[in-house]
Amino acid sequence: MTREEKQEAFFAKWVSPEGAKFANPQAEKDYKARTTRIKDAIQMKKLPDRVPLYLSASFWPVAYAGITPYDAMYDYEKNNMAFKKFIVDFKPDGNLGAAVPGPGRFFELMDYKLYSWPGHGVPKEHSYQANEGEYMTADEYDDLIEDPSNYFNKVYLPRVFKAMEPLQALPTATGILEMYGVAGNFIPYGLPPVQAALKTLMKAGEEALKWGGAMGAFGAEITALGYPVIVAGYTKAPFDVIGDTLRGTRGIIMDIYRQPDKLLKAMEHLVPIMIKMGVGAAKGANNPFIFIPLHKGADGFLSDAQYKKFYWPTLRAVMMGLIEEGVVPFPAAEGGYNSRLEVVSDLPKGTTVWMLDQIDDMARAKRTLGKVACIAGNMPSATLSLGTPEQIKAETKRLIDACAKGGGYIMSNGSFFDEAKVENVRAWVDTTLEYGVYK
Amino acid sequence: MAKDLTKTLADLKEDEAVEIVQNRINAGDDPMAVLHDASQAMEIVGARFSKGEYFIPDLVYSGEILKRINEIVKPKLAGATSVKKGGKVIIGTVAGDIHDIGKDIVVFMLDVSGFDVIDLGVDVPVQKFVDTIKSSGAPIVGLSGFLTLAYDAMKETVDAIKKAGLREKTKIMIGGGQINDEVMKYTGADAYGKDAVAGVALARKWSAAK
Repeated sequence: MTREEKQEAFFAKWVSPEGAKFANPQAEKDYKARTTRIKDAIQMKKLPDRVPLYLSASFWPVAYAGITPYDAMYDYEKNNMAFKKFIVDFKPDGNLGAAVPGPGRFFELMDYKLYSWPGHGVPKEHSYQANEGEYMTADEYDDLIEDPSNYFNKVYLPRVFKAMEPLQALPTATGILEMYGVAGNFIPYGLPPVQAALKTLMKAGEEALKWGGAMGAFGAEITALGYPVIVAGYTKAPFDVIGDTLRGTRGIIMDIYRQPDKLLKAMEHLVPIMIKMGVGAAKGANNPFIFIPLHKGADGFLSDAQYKKFYWPTLRAVMMGLIEEGVVPFPAAEGGYNSRLEVVSDLPKGTTVWMLDQIDDMARAKRTLGKVACIAGNMPSATLSLGTPEQIKAETKRLIDACAKGGGYIMSNGSFFDEAKVENVRAWVDTTLEYGVYK
Repeated sequence: MAKDLTKTLADLKEDEAVEIVQNRINAGDDPMAVLHDASQAMEIVGARFSKGEYFIPDLVYSGEILKRINEIVKPKLAGATSVKKGGKVIIGTVAGDIHDIGKDIVVFMLDVSGFDVIDLGVDVPVQKFVDTIKSSGAPIVGLSGFLTLAYDAMKETVDAIKKAGLREKTKIMIGGGQINDEVMKYTGADAYGKDAVAGVALARKWSAAK
């Protein structure tokens, strides 16, 4: 199959999900209409019936339902109630499911260092926040490059999950080759600290399973009601894997100057891993969308030359790897991306959807990236939070005027929102439904 | 002819700059003169950032080189501390928000620009800002925040400063990922800086006006 055929087949599975039990014929009709609307906007072949609507919320549904982020992370039922209320009340064409808050008790059992979450380092009323650090040191590139999985298992994971610290002692799997000496590799499993850690992991696994079950049930329920989940899973730009997860912002910046070749090589090694991660998630969910949150390539974070050398080539390689398998990359360019619009336009038409956040001139985004890709977003977080319904209405119309012509635009915001006035979200939705119709 | 430290550091040539410093210190050069040249380099770095020639990585990297230079020079300073001429500035990430990358860059740029920076860290309670203004007499406060949740914490901080009767003599700037004019008006701050150098420019403007 060509990549176009593969994408078409993927979309077909999403538009007509096998085994889905819709609540009623209307729900099924709505589901088809919503998925088709999004598909048409992305493929850029047919004009959708109206501009699709996707509300990219993080913790706002939780506030809207009157519970705290802490409640959402520690009580899956309450969490699902909140996200269901949000989706049913505002009826977006695409939704993210209910997995954004995540399982607090699991993070606690694992003693996760990379984040602070409500009641665990930040107030119960606030969202979780990342604790950046140098979880990989500057001299560990060779270890990462030589054997990424082994590096993650033995070095990175024990550093970010305190519960996994004793597992540093576990054997390197590729050293288990023949009968002679094989048992020696397994001695660490007999050590009390390792055994205690494994017991904790079993408990954490049970909690994760419980949460996963709740999320799966939510997906089925919301689909049955006619609301499509728009993301199957995620992958990342290799630069962000190293900059967000492993080395931190300061660390990766130093590497750009002090060891650029190692950084480039490590990113190249991450490309097939990131492709596999995305394709696997999409196939598992029969859903073509793979989200790619973009962080360290925003305006100002890198010079143009640095972006072209360090950020874009491996991100593009990951995206092309997904596209070749019919998967639709869904990058979210949080922060400004004004200086990158031309560079990232180097993609086949109708294969990607881009969430944009702080673009100064969306008409320019439409003229550049919008020529080859569906663009989404740019409703400002500040206006949602502090503006008036009149401002929101005007901004919604402005976005539609600038971007919707000829299709290829999804109404959305660009940075996940925790805060918004209810009347603003209402005005945003109503204006899109009214003003966004293609005549 | 000794190579020019100011130019070398401003051009971010790390090893060369460190070597020049080492040679000058070994030759008995005045450590204060070395630091003076280095701080001139940082001014050039800031100017290049303002002009769009340098970006965040260049600022961060210049800071790292400066750190290495300081490590060489500091032991030779023998009690002489550099005099901060730019006045006191209090900086912190507001309550509930633990993001520090942007704040740290602002602190660094203010510091190399000669300001006496009091860095309160992250998740700073409202009262701590008020208390620090009282105890230090700093006329300028910078509030940092990455989340939209920070809008309210910023507003509460500004309100508390007002309530404590300190608003008249305190200039307040805000900054962060989702900050714009709308947010500035909401919080009641005097200005917002879109990046670290804009923050330094505000602090300079307010210091000069005094």
